[in-house]
Amino acid sequence: MTRQTAAKPVQTLTDVVIRFAGDSGDGMQLTGDRFTVETAAFGNSLSTLPDFPAEIRAPAGTLPGVSAFQLHFADHSVVTPGDSPTVLVAMNPAALKANIGDLPRGGIVIVDTDEFTKRNLAKVGYPVSPVEDGSLAEYQVHAVQISSMTIEAVSKIGLSRKDAERSKNMFALGLLSWLYHRPLEGTRQFLETKFAGKREILRANLVALEAGWSFGETTEGFAVHYEVKPAALPAGRYRTIRGNQALAYGLVAASERSGLPLFLGSYPITPASDILHELSALKNFGVRTFQAEDEIAGVAAALGASYGGSLGVTTTSGPGIALKAETIGLAVALELPLVVVDVQRGGPSTGLPTKTEQADLLQVMFGRNGEAPVPVIAARSASDCFDIALEAVRIATTYRTPVFLLSDGYLANGSEPWLIPSVESLPDLRVSFATQTNHSLDDAAGGSDFWPYLRDPQTLARPWAIPGTPGLEHRIGGIEKKDGSGVISYDPANHDHMVRTRAGKVAGIDVPPLEVDDPNGDADVLVLGWGSSFGPITGAVRNLRAEGVRVAQAHLRHLNPMPANTEEVLRAYRRVVLPEMNLGQLALLIRGLFLVDVIGVNQVRGLPFRVAELMTAVRSVIDGTEQRTVIGTAGRYGTFVTRGTNGLPSIEVGGDSDEPFASDLPAAGRPGGDGPPDDAGSPSTTGTSSPNGAHR
Amino acid sequence: MTEQVDPAPGVARPERRARPAAVSLAGAPALRLIPKTDVPQSAKDFKSDQEVRWCPGCGDYAILAAVQGFMPQLGLKRENIVFISGIGCAARFPYYMNTYGMHSIHGRAPAIATGLASTRPDLSVWVVTGDGDALSIGGNHLIHALRRNVNLKILLFNNRIYGLTKGQYSPTSEVGKLTKSTPFGSLDTPFNPVSVALGAEASFVARTIDSDRQHLTSVLQAAATHPGTSLVEIYQNCNIFNDNAFEPLKDSTSKDEATIRLEHGKPIRFGIGGHRGVIRDAAGHLKVVDVDQVGQDALLVHDAHDEDPSTAFALSRLSHPETLDNTPIGVFRDVRRPSYESAMSAQIDTAIARRGLGDLQGLLAGKDTWIVR
Repeated sequence: MTRQTAAKPVQTLTDVVIRFAGDSGDGMQLTGDRFTVETAAFGNSLSTLPDFPAEIRAPAGTLPGVSAFQLHFADHSVVTPGDSPTVLVAMNPAALKANIGDLPRGGIVIVDTDEFTKRNLAKVGYPVSPVEDGSLAEYQVHAVQISSMTIEAVSKIGLSRKDAERSKNMFALGLLSWLYHRPLEGTRQFLETKFAGKREILRANLVALEAGWSFGETTEGFAVHYEVKPAALPAGRYRTIRGNQALAYGLVAASERSGLPLFLGSYPITPASDILHELSALKNFGVRTFQAEDEIAGVAAALGASYGGSLGVTTTSGPGIALKAETIGLAVALELPLVVVDVQRGGPSTGLPTKTEQADLLQVMFGRNGEAPVPVIAARSASDCFDIALEAVRIATTYRTPVFLLSDGYLANGSEPWLIPSVESLPDLRVSFATQTNHSLDDAAGGSDFWPYLRDPQTLARPWAIPGTPGLEHRIGGIEKKDGSGVISYDPANHDHMVRTRAGKVAGIDVPPLEVDDPNGDADVLVLGWGSSFGPITGAVRNLRAEGVRVAQAHLRHLNPMPANTEEVLRAYRRVVLPEMNLGQLALLIRGLFLVDVIGVNQVRGLPFRVAELMTAVRSVIDGTEQRTVIGTAGRYGTFVTRGTNGLPSIEVGGDSDEPFASDLPAAGRPGGDGPPDDAGSPSTTGTSSPNGAHR
Repeated sequence: MTEQVDPAPGVARPERRARPAAVSLAGAPALRLIPKTDVPQSAKDFKSDQEVRWCPGCGDYAILAAVQGFMPQLGLKRENIVFISGIGCAARFPYYMNTYGMHSIHGRAPAIATGLASTRPDLSVWVVTGDGDALSIGGNHLIHALRRNVNLKILLFNNRIYGLTKGQYSPTSEVGKLTKSTPFGSLDTPFNPVSVALGAEASFVARTIDSDRQHLTSVLQAAATHPGTSLVEIYQNCNIFNDNAFEPLKDSTSKDEATIRLEHGKPIRFGIGGHRGVIRDAAGHLKVVDVDQVGQDALLVHDAHDEDPSTAFALSRLSHPETLDNTPIGVFRDVRRPSYESAMSAQIDTAIARRGLGDLQGLLAGKDTWIVR
């Protein structure tokens, strides 16, 4: 703590969710970041969710220009950024309007009333200030003149009014830091580094930070302040880390542990670009980064680097994967290591570039011509992005294959505390290149030559013979080749053999078993997940157990191939629930591979699941009243109600059922799948005589 | 220009031999980082065991023979030479070279080769491509490789037709070309590959002809010893789908009149007995004239090393796209600027010199840490 503030009573809380919201030029992301670091340093467990607009600078004061940062911190282990804020900091009317709907009754609102001018209110359609008309009566509102107090505080520094006002985010940070007992020292040091050489700006920021703190301490507006005790975390040295940063560091670590120089071929794309930025700054680790002319060249150059014995990596998001598909197919045929990172975002097409989604799973599984199997793994948290990068490299180099590493916008930008690993504890990823001929010519002279597709009998990996190795000169290509010798072959039997061999190689990848979290072993419902929904699922499962609900959890990091015990795990439970931020992509795979009738919980709002929503969904599965999303059959698009009888689900479909057909098509005037089934328009109420009618 | 490059850790670096072969280009500065052979080589050493499968009479045979015959002059270890191709008839080339090779996908060879050359300055990397591969589907990669000046030797086999897909017009086909896909004649204005390359900031651009082995070899020599990207357009006859496309430049009765042989430092003079030449007229345009009319001294002297590419570009525009009259061959441009991979290596060296070799544990810890006990 920077100072004693014993003058006011302190109330102890276990859990706080703060959302900082302001104009995209107000510095909300920075404010959130600093509060995060202060909170981490204080010892709380935490999780964050930055939520910013795609526009770099939307018109000031408008709803599209609102940028927000949500932080959840607690005295116990935190797994999500929180369903809804308990505290909203709104720097202008647009920020208030865009976010107030998420704040539960009784929540704290801190607004910068200086920004609640007639003009700004009009921009977002407020006829009168909601701070004054009583419409915020159900919240604890703190109307603070943040802008004018900031300008007043820094007036002696001699900055222009505009420059002075820019420090208002530090005033807000100071005030919140006082309110929640956060230390300021780290932020002071941060500002000194950030504004080194800009003395006035530095002073203004420091003064505003202090002013915000002092305001909280002295004003009567804040009667109490709060404390959230440090969480009991495993011992060790920690830092906070974002997913993209963790992923970049994981790649550097994999380079060091494998002895392979890292080459990144990439094209800028949201939300993956930060990996390119991070790695571009790490040239003293021997990292080569190549900002290519397009997505295709990014992956092509990475593949060329792999061919030469580097660790070839390309990073992108869904649209980029679509462009890289052909080259990834070539990597499958060449059987060379390659890591392809897909930081998923809302699709299709440009979709929601700054929002999150998990809807690229089937694209990476199948989005290539021919039978082109590629291993797929997915990170489950921001810090897991580090470990999963090492795992991607293990698979790529051991099996000489391209590997898809899935992350998403939520993990990419979200941060959490990370127990810093020791380098020695990281997996040993050393590889060896081929240096000698491997095939006897059976001639009198006892000669030998090199067969580029003579496989390791264990892994089915082919030798990695890099240019520069004498005596192993060979040619490889995308045309089908004879197994072993690698010469071009159009032989039908050989092609069948090669297709099956490539499939078998990927299917045979050694992956750890699927772990099940079922503390008492008495659950009959399993919640299965993959990727970034790990946090919300874990939160939901925890809360349900606290209510006495028996529920198990399992999370897939390896999606292709899945762990050998996957089917066994799934079959051990009466019902399996699978939340995904898509319309049921893993569910389709699970059903196809294992004939297990998983129940999807599907949401594509560009935001992570809320814990409460997942709890509701799991409860409905337990009592047999869940909704199901069904796609792919003509006339059967929609959300269906399952009638559970003796634990066996039945799906009612079609217009002749007396069960309502809950179409969620826009044509029926309903938002996708959000409403309860029984108030949905059935075919009769929408005036259509057949289920197909709902499509029009 | 810093070319003091160490292959990154982990990449086996073959030992470097000091002695270049007796008849060799191995002493060229551009080949400095590539290990030299001390074993005499012949064309035979560069022939793979694969049966060559182009159509009988294809111009590709002559180019293959010329390249295999030229390779020993480089004096490089065979294992340090890589041929990378895309898709098309020409793209079969790597299979026939007894070096390292990759037959990749349509249009992407320059991008793949960029990744290889950027990480392995100890390799001599060659790209074999065609007019469709390089200028249609792969146009973007070609121009960006050229502007970056990656150390690649790009051989662009131009036959002005799609051969492998059996006879559609290509981006270099003349307007009005009658093909299966253009039964009423093609509408597109063709690319002039040399003009494209010069416009894309290429540091080395040349043109040669499949049937002129001596000229082809001389251009390969110049291309191979150029540090950075070399673009060599090779007029190549497709005797199946576009036969005699370059006949005016090959037929003994017309070729001397039609072909302008560019030689650095020499007045640009051509035609039987050298009766024609190129001058810059009062308006600044290049113009083909009778030497008798203007005198030898008025002729333009070819300067391949001119930093300004505008004269080279003007030369590339002299040829008639249909009759091929006044077609210059030889080296249009050969200027020095840092190659991409040497600049990339220099940045890494500088970063290491300034900040020390990366400390992974320090990177993982970062600056803001706390301890939980």
